[in-house]
Amino acid sequence: MLTKRLDRWLPLMESVGIPIAALLLAMLIFAIFVAIIGQSPATVFYLLYQGGFGSAFAWQNSLLRAAPLILTGLAVAIPAQAGMVIIGGEGALALGALAGAVAGVALSGLPPHGVQAGILFAGMLGGGVWIGLSGWLRHYRGVNETISSLLLSYIGIALLNHFVEGPLKDPASLNKPSTRPIGDVNMIGNLPGMEVHYGLLFGALFALVTWIALRFTTIGFSLRIVGGNPRAAQMAGLRVGWWVVGAAAMGGAAAGMAGAIEVAAVQGAANASVLAGYGYAGILVAFIARQNPLAVIPVAILLGGINAAGGILQRRLDMPDATVLVLQGIAFVVIIASETLSGRLRVWRSTPAPVKPAIPATGASV
Amino acid sequence: MSKTKFSSSRRTVIKSAGAAAIYAAFGPLAFRDAQAASKLTVGVIYVGPRDDFGYNQAQAQAAGILKKMPSLNVVDEEKVPETIAVQKTMEAMIEQDGAKLIFATSFGYFDPHVLKMAAKYPDVRFAHCGGLWTAGKHPKNVGSFFGYIDECQYLNGVVAAHASKTKKLGFIAAKPIPQVLRNINAFTLGAQSVDPAFTTRVIFTGDWSLPVKEAEAANSLIDQGCDVLTCHVDGPKVIVETAEKRGVYSCGYHANQAALAPKGYLTGAEWDWATPYKLLVDAALTGKPMINFLRGGLKEGFVKMSPYGPAVSAKAKKVADADKAKMVKGDFVIFKGPIKDNAGKTVIAAGTSLKQQDPILEQMNYLVAGVIGKA
Repeated sequence: MLTKRLDRWLPLMESVGIPIAALLLAMLIFAIFVAIIGQSPATVFYLLYQGGFGSAFAWQNSLLRAAPLILTGLAVAIPAQAGMVIIGGEGALALGALAGAVAGVALSGLPPHGVQAGILFAGMLGGGVWIGLSGWLRHYRGVNETISSLLLSYIGIALLNHFVEGPLKDPASLNKPSTRPIGDVNMIGNLPGMEVHYGLLFGALFALVTWIALRFTTIGFSLRIVGGNPRAAQMAGLRVGWWVVGAAAMGGAAAGMAGAIEVAAVQGAANASVLAGYGYAGILVAFIARQNPLAVIPVAILLGGINAAGGILQRRLDMPDATVLVLQGIAFVVIIASETLSGRLRVWRSTPAPVKPAIPATGASV
Repeated sequence: MSKTKFSSSRRTVIKSAGAAAIYAAFGPLAFRDAQAASKLTVGVIYVGPRDDFGYNQAQAQAAGILKKMPSLNVVDEEKVPETIAVQKTMEAMIEQDGAKLIFATSFGYFDPHVLKMAAKYPDVRFAHCGGLWTAGKHPKNVGSFFGYIDECQYLNGVVAAHASKTKKLGFIAAKPIPQVLRNINAFTLGAQSVDPAFTTRVIFTGDWSLPVKEAEAANSLIDQGCDVLTCHVDGPKVIVETAEKRGVYSCGYHANQAALAPKGYLTGAEWDWATPYKLLVDAALTGKPMINFLRGGLKEGFVKMSPYGPAVSAKAKKVADADKAKMVKGDFVIFKGPIKDNAGKTVIAAGTSLKQQDPILEQMNYLVAGVIGKA
């Protein structure tokens, strides 16, 4: 009886325990690094905690920074379910921002909620089409989706810059070329009682709905089959191309929504300022979360907290901005390396080694 | 019952021991906060790295001068993007460090970020670099400061013209926005004041910090025959280095890059942000109202020239120094009509002199005749 219950919980303990152990190891390595450059690791960790999670202000700071990372993390994690490694979230975010800003101006005059819905929808559409194109290229033209999404990302960024500095430029934006503002009344406000905008909630809901769909519906099952073995999926009667393009497009929609939220909640117009690297940081988020859409949320918050804390390290200890990048880099490498431990540690086995699952959670196809 | 009691008392012991350890470890930090309270805390925010040999380094140098002033406590943060991050950095400086004056040094910080924080914290002063503060439109606790660095670019042009043999100059620029166009035009007009035959080839890279594209642009300009390069990007490092490696001359921008090109560095257009920084700090220390609009050139000490490099001839020094003396006296006009743009259209009519303070210059949208490129 007891062993049976343990058996149920062991996989979960493993999937949570290994990343946490890896994070602790990363922090240890970081502590050694901090000591080598002549700072006290205790002080650095105390300040990291203070700056990221030590007060209501710090929490809101971290959550604000996490909001776009949840969505750009999903931009990697959702296509990963179908076996794709998509790294072009930044371009999808750029086009989402552009589409959102265009929709915001075009729809002005509608009630604010209508305008906001239009902005978010346009953003999702813009990003979705872009990464969907990557999925299409992979399935129908055999182009590696990692490379194509990266190259499409550069094109997306160039398109944003072109339209912002050219045809869609607001003549009043002299030294900071931007599209016309969507107007203060149409801006997305803050969550009740907090100084965190609704983007956080939208991102978390996106992640939750995705997780439920993947875990409890046939959508997730079909996607995993497509990702695990496209030929078997085809034999089973699944329309593989549809699933591949759809998963890529949903990922792109998440990144596009992040761009639209940047416009509607922060910038008020589309311009080059939305290109702050959220798309690339999302790759890190998704890999640390092991491509699990629900785990993307806490990982994004953790990363947001580390970024928020980077400032206080600079201000109190005169440490360079690169300090937190070093921590992120160490964490990334250690967590990726620790993935190979899954299912291999004796501690996790209560009974003789189980049969390996037929379908890996992620991984490249054929 | 007794068990609960025991565990709770043990917890208390552990707690207080932990608190003591934390106090011992972090006491000095708390002390630093308390000490800071009696001084004016100033926050400085940079968009790029402090040591970029360019825009951000020029700001960090001025912040370094403030750090030496005993009445100030200076905190700064580098690589802060123009997103919600800069709003939170400003807020953290105010809430966590007690900052009462903030220097937001990137142009893109102004709208909406500085404006939003200024409305939220009306008793904190926000000094923004580059913006156009407008009375009635922008809050009173915000000010914009900037320098007429086109004066130095004009002098760069004068010195470059004396060094060049091909009469072709190269300019690598980020984006065709008014501040950048004004520099390209001033540089070209400076060179043409020596010899009207001079032309300037311009390459726009598309963004403020793209080192690979900047190096490619530098090589391309040199291949086209340009033998003096200058630029308007955030970090001129690779451009000056590429010019040195290829054996052509360079004029610097933002900060002094002489160390990167000991042979070919002629001179450079540098910011001297310490001047406006000190004016703004003084106003805050003495309780005078915020200076909302602050501009200055060579005369006011907002900008300066790098010392001449070894390749600059005595004649070049004489001509440039004479122009500079006129600028310092305040009776030198760079944009004096007639000036045509490079499509042949008259942009400044004959007899019209646009003084540096003229707001129309801050809306420049053309390249003057002799510039090869498109705005």
